[in-house]
Amino acid sequence: MALLNKKKRPDPEIPGSSLADIAFLLLIFFLVTTTINVDTGIGLTLPPIPDENVEPPPIKERNLLNILVNAQGLVLLDETPSSITEVKQKVKDFITNCEPGNPCVEDLSEGPTDAIISIKTDRQTPYNIYVNMLDEVIGAYNELRDEKARELYGVPFKALEETSQEYQAIAKDVYPKKISIAEPDEGNS
Amino acid sequence: MAHFKKKSANTKQDVPTSAMPDVVFMLLIFFMVTTVLREVELKVQIDYTQAENIEKIEQKRLVSYIYIGPERLGPTEVGESKVQIDDAIVEDINAIRTIMYDKLMEQPRLIVSLRVDRDSDFGLITDVTQELRHAGTLRINYSTKREI
Repeated sequence: MALLNKKKRPDPEIPGSSLADIAFLLLIFFLVTTTINVDTGIGLTLPPIPDENVEPPPIKERNLLNILVNAQGLVLLDETPSSITEVKQKVKDFITNCEPGNPCVEDLSEGPTDAIISIKTDRQTPYNIYVNMLDEVIGAYNELRDEKARELYGVPFKALEETSQEYQAIAKDVYPKKISIAEPDEGNS
Repeated sequence: MAHFKKKSANTKQDVPTSAMPDVVFMLLIFFMVTTVLREVELKVQIDYTQAENIEKIEQKRLVSYIYIGPERLGPTEVGESKVQIDDAIVEDINAIRTIMYDKLMEQPRLIVSLRVDRDSDFGLITDVTQELRHAGTLRINYSTKREI
């Protein structure tokens, strides 16, 4: 009978009522420190430093589209002044010159695979003007690639996988992106 | 009064809260997984420029950042354009070569993201990209926001 009178043991459970509070605290900490910003930007691959002993391959003048941007944001496109909004169309005309179905204009490129776009700036050119220019040129390439992808495969270029054969065919063989960024002028003007 | 008492239902009025910790933990785990802790303290001021034809960098582990912009001197005043890598401002442009080369050795598929203030002179950026070419880190990305 003495056994029955034994003191009642406390409940062996861990109190779980504050669990939610702890979790909330952690949640708020992560909410505050979190930065869900996706990195976006214009991707480029720089050319490696050229070997001094090797002569650079000769490039025909007509295959080179010179874009000059000065510190005031004024644009010179193959020696003709133009506005930044015209650049995209002119670049497209330049690249697609001599394509099957397009007439060959004398001083534009010999075809998309030969065309090279060269962007040159002054040292004082603000970065955002340069980025706008690069954006227009890349936009021209993207539009051309997109048209080609729709024509050949019936899908937009963006829908193609980067590793797929179709992507490589367009990106490498049809419209290779040849953008040269020249050393800027000292440009004290 | 008896009349009023009769009207109320006998069921409990509480919202069941026993599942709340589970819900909160779910959210917590979501944020823990997606979170990237603030990597560096910025010593330069950067106002991003905008562009339309941009791409996302999917593999964040490959990315190394270079910040270029006017140095922060006080709450409002800013100084000259400076280059910042990781936590420190790099005074000597030629030092970038060795810094980036070391990073490339650690991560051969390195992508360098250039986070540049919109009003910086392009000459400084060219100096930096020249250094990157010497270091062999050829994949770069000009960080921009999406143009609206």
